[in-house]
Amino acid sequence: MEVKILSAKFDIENSHKLEVAKEHGAYATLEKLFAMEPADVIEEVKKSGLRGRGGAGFPAGVKWSFLPKDTGKPVYLAVNSDESEPATFKDRYILVRDPHMLIEGIIICCYAIGCHDTYIYIRGEYTSQVRILQQAIDEAYEAGYLGDTVAGRDFKLEVTVHRGAGAYVCGEETALLESIEGKKGQPRSKPPFPAVVGLYDCPTIINNVQSIASLPFIIDQGAEAYTAYGTEKSAGTHLFGISGHVEKPGMYELPLGLPVLDVLDKVAGGVWKGRKLKGVIPGGSSTPVLTAEEAKTATLDYESMAEHGTMFGSGGIVVLDDTVDIVALVKNLIDFYHHESCGQCTPCREGLGWMLKITKKILAGGGSSEDIDLLLELCDNIEMKTVCVLSAACTMPVRSYLNKFRHEFEAYVEKGASLQAAGIQG
Amino acid sequence: MSDRSQLIETGKPFKFDAERDAEFERLVKRYPTRESMILPALWLTQEQEGWVSAEAIAYIADRIGTYAAKVFEAATFYTMYHLKPMGQYHICVCRTLSCWLREKQNIIDFLAEEIGVRPGEISDDGRFSLEEVECLGHCGTAPVVQVNGEFHEEMNVEKMKTLLAGLE
Ligand SMILES: Cc1cc2nc3c(=O)[nH]c(=O)nc-3n(C[C@H](O)[C@H](O)[C@H](O)COP(=O)(O)O)c2cc1C
Ligand code: SF4
Ligand code: FES
Repeated sequence: MEVKILSAKFDIENSHKLEVAKEHGAYATLEKLFAMEPADVIEEVKKSGLRGRGGAGFPAGVKWSFLPKDTGKPVYLAVNSDESEPATFKDRYILVRDPHMLIEGIIICCYAIGCHDTYIYIRGEYTSQVRILQQAIDEAYEAGYLGDTVAGRDFKLEVTVHRGAGAYVCGEETALLESIEGKKGQPRSKPPFPAVVGLYDCPTIINNVQSIASLPFIIDQGAEAYTAYGTEKSAGTHLFGISGHVEKPGMYELPLGLPVLDVLDKVAGGVWKGRKLKGVIPGGSSTPVLTAEEAKTATLDYESMAEHGTMFGSGGIVVLDDTVDIVALVKNLIDFYHHESCGQCTPCREGLGWMLKITKKILAGGGSSEDIDLLLELCDNIEMKTVCVLSAACTMPVRSYLNKFRHEFEAYVEKGASLQAAGIQG
Repeated sequence: MSDRSQLIETGKPFKFDAERDAEFERLVKRYPTRESMILPALWLTQEQEGWVSAEAIAYIADRIGTYAAKVFEAATFYTMYHLKPMGQYHICVCRTLSCWLREKQNIIDFLAEEIGVRPGEISDDGRFSLEEVECLGHCGTAPVVQVNGEFHEEMNVEKMKTLLAGLE
């Protein structure tokens, strides 16, 4: 089931070094790129159906065409390498195993959108990763792939790495821009969208690392080679991160559209310790959970996930075995989002704190049935009433656990202990 | 949201050493506004000293040409900047979803027992500090621990013991 498009060079020794990467085709698309018109590059990316791999799945080529023309201001590209959503761990493979694929992608994107200054925003915890990335950038400068004349052409491009410092919210695109500007990471209200008013008040495109790294293949092989993988609305391949209760957790590149359970069994070795499947979180901690039953019909693409009332998200699949205490899991989730709230919206700052308090009370055996309803009501009152969707990234999954595993919350209310501990079969 | 205490004064003036000074000058040219240097300058400070003091905040503000309050705001918002000295070995254990499912709690309990530090604490001899952190982006090899920025994956109590024994 695995394919090697993005991960083609991942297993080659020293593939992060320019010399090795070049032997295996790095920067070979530039010849073709500079022979194309920028508008044709955008058209090709639109045709490829490439959707943003940061979680929202917005078509990349379409986003680029939102840039206003001839504003007289510079256009910026910000590459999102914040990768902080629990269960998401794919972009760092690109950073350390094929950083030149990312740099080549940046050149392609910048040529298409007329950008000469790129910032790569990388989370502060990625210490060795940032070193390898910076070395690759330095090598690219020395070899003339970056700088005043990219690959000998009359095209200037500067790439700067900007390190975050431990704030999940800075993965949100406008918080990311604030952070590059030297401020605390508080998201901006939209509109205006960053394509119009972005970094330093200039038109700005923000794309995920994997989105950008997908470009060299698309330009080199053409849009049709890309759409040969995946489904009609979910073209191409994706780096899936599988974690939790499976025998072989890890990062696997797969075409979109495969059945969830096939992937879990055949690629990730099945549920660990011979246990039964309780549920699957399809795309990072913010995506609503699928029960084992629902997972039977779900496939790994944007359409199927929407049909199943959840989201494709970031490709971070989490497997839950039948021993998981859902109430404790929900507490762990709310704790994370509450801790990471930037604090500027009351429903998020206070509401998530209130939800955490109630969940702790239920866990301690002091909750009531009304508390469970109150949690649901809070989800409704918080969601979509805030500046950014960090709060919804908490309430959407929490609502799914409350609805699909309500009996586990009820067990705490009635017996003061988890369903598992209370010995009731669920 | 971060909740940080006040800044600590060392009583000594702070300035970048020659290496950090050069790095500051290299980076400042890469941004159209000097305020973009706030985060990089805080990183340079922390690399040099291990933490960020009151004097360092004032120095950074002065060097950039901005208000100390802006530097302070960033230093308190971003949880990786330390506003006091940490242990010689700063241990971060991931506490979120995948690491939680893969029993990170065993490691926390072991560290409390073995070196007597709980999350947020520094050991009496100053050798260790412990922090529970959010997803470290290595969920496929959970649970994950970082010691002074270096990743250790697929951790368990046995491996944590060996790791501690290997530290000077
Ligand atoms: C709270 C929050 C955190 C996010 N974190 C990330 C992240 O770590 N990496 C990422 O690429 N996108 C993240 N996003 C999505 C970005 O806002 C944005 O949609 C994305 O970077 C756009 O790139 P794409 O179109 O290539 O996916 C986050 C969004 C929110 C609301
Ligand atoms: S929803 Fe939360 S994280 Fe987003 S802007 Fe509001 S307070 Fe900040
Ligand atoms: S949840 Fe621990 S590294 Fe991601």
